[in-house]
Amino acid sequence: MSAPFGRRHVELRTRLELGPYVLLGAIDELAHAQPGQFYMVATAERWGGGDGERPYLARALSVMRTGEDGLVEFLLEDVGPGTRRLCEARVGEDLLVVGPLGHGFTAPATPPLLVGGGIGIAPLVAVQEAWGGHALLGFRDAAHAQGAQLFADPFVSTDDGSSGHHGRVTDLLEAELKSGLRLIYACGPPAMLSEVRALAATHGVGSQLALEAPMACGFGACYGCVVATLDGYRRVCVDGPVFEGAVLA
Amino acid sequence: MIDFCGLRLRHRVINASGCFDVLAAERVFGEQLFERFPFAAYVSKTITLSARDGNPPPRLWESAAGLINSIGLPNRGLAAYLDGDLPALAALPVPLITNVMGSTPGEIGELVAALEDRPAVAAIELNVSCPNVTTGLDIGADPGELEALLLHVRPLSSKPLIVKLTPNTADVAACAAAAAAGGADAVSLINTLRALALAPDGSGAWLGGGSGGLSGPAIRAVALAAVSRVARRVTIPIVGMGGVASGRDARELLDAGATLVAVGTECFRDPAAGARIASELEDHFTQIAG
Repeated sequence: MSAPFGRRHVELRTRLELGPYVLLGAIDELAHAQPGQFYMVATAERWGGGDGERPYLARALSVMRTGEDGLVEFLLEDVGPGTRRLCEARVGEDLLVVGPLGHGFTAPATPPLLVGGGIGIAPLVAVQEAWGGHALLGFRDAAHAQGAQLFADPFVSTDDGSSGHHGRVTDLLEAELKSGLRLIYACGPPAMLSEVRALAATHGVGSQLALEAPMACGFGACYGCVVATLDGYRRVCVDGPVFEGAVLA
Repeated sequence: MIDFCGLRLRHRVINASGCFDVLAAERVFGEQLFERFPFAAYVSKTITLSARDGNPPPRLWESAAGLINSIGLPNRGLAAYLDGDLPALAALPVPLITNVMGSTPGEIGELVAALEDRPAVAAIELNVSCPNVTTGLDIGADPGELEALLLHVRPLSSKPLIVKLTPNTADVAACAAAAAAGGADAVSLINTLRALALAPDGSGAWLGGGSGGLSGPAIRAVALAAVSRVARRVTIPIVGMGGVASGRDARELLDAGATLVAVGTECFRDPAAGARIASELEDHFTQIAG
C-alpha cells in the first residue's frame, strides 16, 4: 500500500518514559504500517527551516507498534539534537510525518527468532505482536534493559551484567542456533547485525535485518542512506530498511 | 501559463536536480504523486555516459539550517537512462528536463547528442560542476572553459540548453555571461557550496567522498546575491535556487531576476514542498493583483 503523499501533521497523543527511552504515540488514520516500516518524523514547532539551526532534517523512526484507531508508536532515545527535540515533545503537540515508508519484514511461515540491540528493539515489538517469536534482547545496562518490558517473555543480556546474561546478545543467539532454528529477524547496532549475519550464514539460517542509516528524505530522493550489497549500493529507505542478511556485502 | 525557453509551464516552481527521484517516489506514494505533482517541470538526476556507483557512505551531514552531501552522482549511465528511465518518465504530467554531466566537452557533447531525437526530453541541463580532465580546470568555474564547452555542444542540440552554475567560482556573473555567449538558452543557479564536515572523533573528513556540497536555508542569502548579480549581467532566463523553503523565499529570487525557482533540499523534508511553495507564490501574486 502506498504512503500518503506529502508531509502531514499528526497529533502526539501518548508519551511514556521507560528508563532512558521515550515512547511517543500519534494518531495517523490515513496509513497502516507494516512491521519494519518507518516514518520520517519532526516536531511542527522549533524544528529547522527559516532561522532555525539543528535539528533541520526529519528523523527516520521505526514503527514500534500500531494500535486501535490509527495509533502509531515510536521508541526514542535522546542521542542528538533531533531525538532530543522529539523526546521533549508534549502530548497535544503536532508532529510532522511522512510515511509509512520502506519495505518491512516479510510475513513468516513460522514465528522467527527476534534479536534486538538497544534502540533497535523498536521494530521487533511490532514483529512479535504480529507474528510472535522469542526475543533475545541486548542492552548496555539495566536501565536500558527496561526496554525489554515491551516484549512477551524476553531473554536479556547486558554489556555490564547488571541485568540478565552478562555479555552480548549474540552469546544468547549462539545457544539458540543449536536448537533447530530456521529464521532470524534482527535490528540493532551495526556490529551486532554483522555478528548476527555471520552466525546465521555459518548455521545456514535465514536472516532479515532492519538497517538504520542517516537519511535526509526517506523516499529515495537524496541517495544519502546507501548500504553496500552484493549488487552494489542500495538505498536503505526504498530498497530496505529490511534486507536479507545474505544480500549484504 | 509561464513560458520558459519555449516550455509551457503551469507555475514557476521546479525541482533542483538530484533532489527528487520521481520513479522512486512513484513506488512510495503511488498515483497520488502524479495527481498532485509538485513541480511545473521535472529535472532528472545527473546522467553520465557510464554507470556510477556514487561515493562510499557516509554521504550526509546535517549542518546548521542545512545539509552537506557527498553523494557522487550515482546513476545507471546513459544507455540505461534512454532504455529504462525515459519510457517510464513518459507518464510525467510535466515537461522533462534531463541533467547531464561529463568530464570533457566531447563527453558532454555525446550525452547531449544522444538526447536529440528523444521527444520525451523537453530541455537539457548541463551540470558543469566538474573538472575538465584534459585541462584540470573546473568547467563551470572558468568562463573560458564554459564558453568553449557551449560552442562545442550548442550545434549538437535543438533543445533548450540550461547551464547549471556553481557558486564555487570567483565571478559567477562572468560564468553566466560566457554561457550565454556560447549559446546557452538559460542558466540555473546556484549549485551547492563546497563544504567540509569533520568526524567528531577527530579522524578527519566525515563524508566518504571527502568534501561535500552545502545546501538548505543556510545558503539562501548566497543564492539571492548570485542570482541578483547574474540577472544584471545576462538577458537569458534564470532558474534561481538555493535554500528555498517558502513562497516568500521563491518570491525573493524572482524579484532578484529569476524566471523560475527550483526547490532542492526542502523536498527532502516534505515531498510535496514544491506544490506548497507554488501555492504560496500564487497567493502572493493574487494579493498584488487584488
